[in-house]
Amino acid sequence: MSAPKNVAANKAPARPALYGLIAEFETPAQIIKAAEQVRDAGYKWWDCCTPFPVHGLDQAMGIRTTILPVLVFFAGLSGTITAFCLQTFTNSSDFSLWAVVWVTGYPFLISGKPLLSLQAFIPVMFELTILFSALTTVSLMFGFNGLPRLHHPLFRSKRFRRATDDRFFVVIEARDPRFFPTRTREFLESLDPISIEAVED
Amino acid sequence: MTSIPVDPHSGGRVTDNTGNHPGHREPLVLNMDTFGQVTQQVCQVAEARRTPMAWYFLFAISLGGMGFLGFCVLYLILTGVGVWGLNNPVMWAYDITNFVFWVGIGHAGTLISAILFLFRQKWRTGINRFAEAMTIFAVICAGLFPGIHVGRVWVVYWLFPLPNQMEMWPQFRSPLLWDVFAVGTYFTVSLMFWFTGMVPDLATLRDRAKGKIQQIAYGAFALGWRGSNRHWHRYERAYLLLAALSTPLVLSVHSVVSFDFATSQLPGWHTTIFPPYFVAGAIFSGFAMVVTLAVPARELFGLKDLITIRHLDNMNKIILVTGCMVGYAYAMEFFIAWYSGAIYEKFAFLNRAFGQYWWSYLLMVACNVITPQLFWFKALRTSIPIMFVLSLFVNVGMWFERFVIIVSSLANDFLPTSWGVFTPTWVDIGTFVGSFGLFTVLFLLFCRFIPMIAIAEVKAIMPQADPHHEDHHGDAHEQDSEAGS
Repeated sequence: MSAPKNVAANKAPARPALYGLIAEFETPAQIIKAAEQVRDAGYKWWDCCTPFPVHGLDQAMGIRTTILPVLVFFAGLSGTITAFCLQTFTNSSDFSLWAVVWVTGYPFLISGKPLLSLQAFIPVMFELTILFSALTTVSLMFGFNGLPRLHHPLFRSKRFRRATDDRFFVVIEARDPRFFPTRTREFLESLDPISIEAVED
Repeated sequence: MTSIPVDPHSGGRVTDNTGNHPGHREPLVLNMDTFGQVTQQVCQVAEARRTPMAWYFLFAISLGGMGFLGFCVLYLILTGVGVWGLNNPVMWAYDITNFVFWVGIGHAGTLISAILFLFRQKWRTGINRFAEAMTIFAVICAGLFPGIHVGRVWVVYWLFPLPNQMEMWPQFRSPLLWDVFAVGTYFTVSLMFWFTGMVPDLATLRDRAKGKIQQIAYGAFALGWRGSNRHWHRYERAYLLLAALSTPLVLSVHSVVSFDFATSQLPGWHTTIFPPYFVAGAIFSGFAMVVTLAVPARELFGLKDLITIRHLDNMNKIILVTGCMVGYAYAMEFFIAWYSGAIYEKFAFLNRAFGQYWWSYLLMVACNVITPQLFWFKALRTSIPIMFVLSLFVNVGMWFERFVIIVSSLANDFLPTSWGVFTPTWVDIGTFVGSFGLFTVLFLLFCRFIPMIAIAEVKAIMPQADPHHEDHHGDAHEQDSEAGS
């Protein structure tokens, strides 16, 4: 959800562009009710910011379920395959291949066990499956969320700091096609928030 | 002890939430009605201008211990592994005992953060943050020991899949190499789990920060988190995935550690019960350590309303259950030794109980099997001093369990001519004691500067967080909800 830089705003710093309007609510019940109405009003570029995940807000906002778990499955699978290839290459083969430098496998014959000892390779395959999945989970989660980022227009608002404490915010961005400063403000007022604030980009 | 002042007047405060009446759910957050109070209560520890004197006192001692650890390790590296008491036939002694002990401690953190999450145990939210921190610090301590036990630490990269000067690779059929992967993965995943859980709370601290330094420091680690619900959606999915991944991981780690022993031919080690037995023991010792840390921490930093008696009571119940599992495993080992008909196996176990290390076996059984039985009584389970002392007993007992398994089996194996005795040297003891210094230094720094309790998660389990909460109380909504149902 990273906002594209408004070029006009950069050229004329005297009057910065509007990022959007934020409306402040006090309870989870209020934010859900408000979110349903914003959703039904047809806004696209909007969000709710809450101090904790509010149960039922995803449905109220109409958020589509993330594809993350599917991608994590394939990451895990690639971990399994990597571990299998690593172990069979290093312990069961005498191939040479190029991995930064030329390396050659070493066929270990340990106490008469078969060269391809799949059973003994299972633990490492399992561990790398988990490792690859977990790394993917975290990096994709933050990546899809557009994090880490050093700044966000919302952080300009002093009031918004309570979004990580005890207040619930509806944010409607100015780039939304249905956004009109006065009309959207009136609409937000109809949701009965405790405050409304305009945030500059 | 000085503590950060919270709420000096305790009149009319709820302190007991251990009731188990069906139909009435006891609160997990006491004496707090608003989300802001939770934020305030947790953040005041990290935001306090003055650090409690007790913190400085403990920190000085721990720093001393850590320094001594550094000295012992340096002495070992400069001189050789011979400065330890281990020698043929006891080639594994304190170092591996400490390794297994510390890895085991870590397991409770993952159990609380992952397994209890999957089981939807809401009480985990009060304790998961610092239990996970404990996991990470314990794994750091654990990793130290095999690292220095290899002797020539400058070739420690031989642990990793890199060819050596003879173009040979590490041997993947060895459980010791599985250990490298298991513990390495465990550390990485635990660290990510811990950090991911902490990002929203670091954002809370960032938004409350008064000084520039705090703002930048917390801000950098908060990664620009702003509580967007579109973010929360993926975040919750990711958190669930991490929990689902960590659950088999934590079970695998101590299983792999137990394979170090179980895949060998040594009587007393070569048993199939080891993986589940080690995992139960790990959770047992880890919960004891959580109680050991939680009791002083909630006292010192005024977190009694968030880490309530109910949390401690629940943990003590888990200590009781896993203590019984461990006791069962001890008995079953003896039964199998007799039932197998193998004379070496039989001897190994009789020797454990009545041989040269009988005192450590006795200590182990007394601490791990007998003392937890006191937790059958609610009065003892909910008594702070008793649970603190008992948790210390369990810590001691679990260290001796590993000592008994490792040393007694190695000291007296097959041929009496190759038997031996292990006596620790001052370096052995110093390294072990010093590792506690390292652990406490890390833990004290964590307590002081990082939100010790998962603020966002605690808020989410408060009754007020339920969007329908007001339906039961508010007058305006009452009719709505009745009409709806």
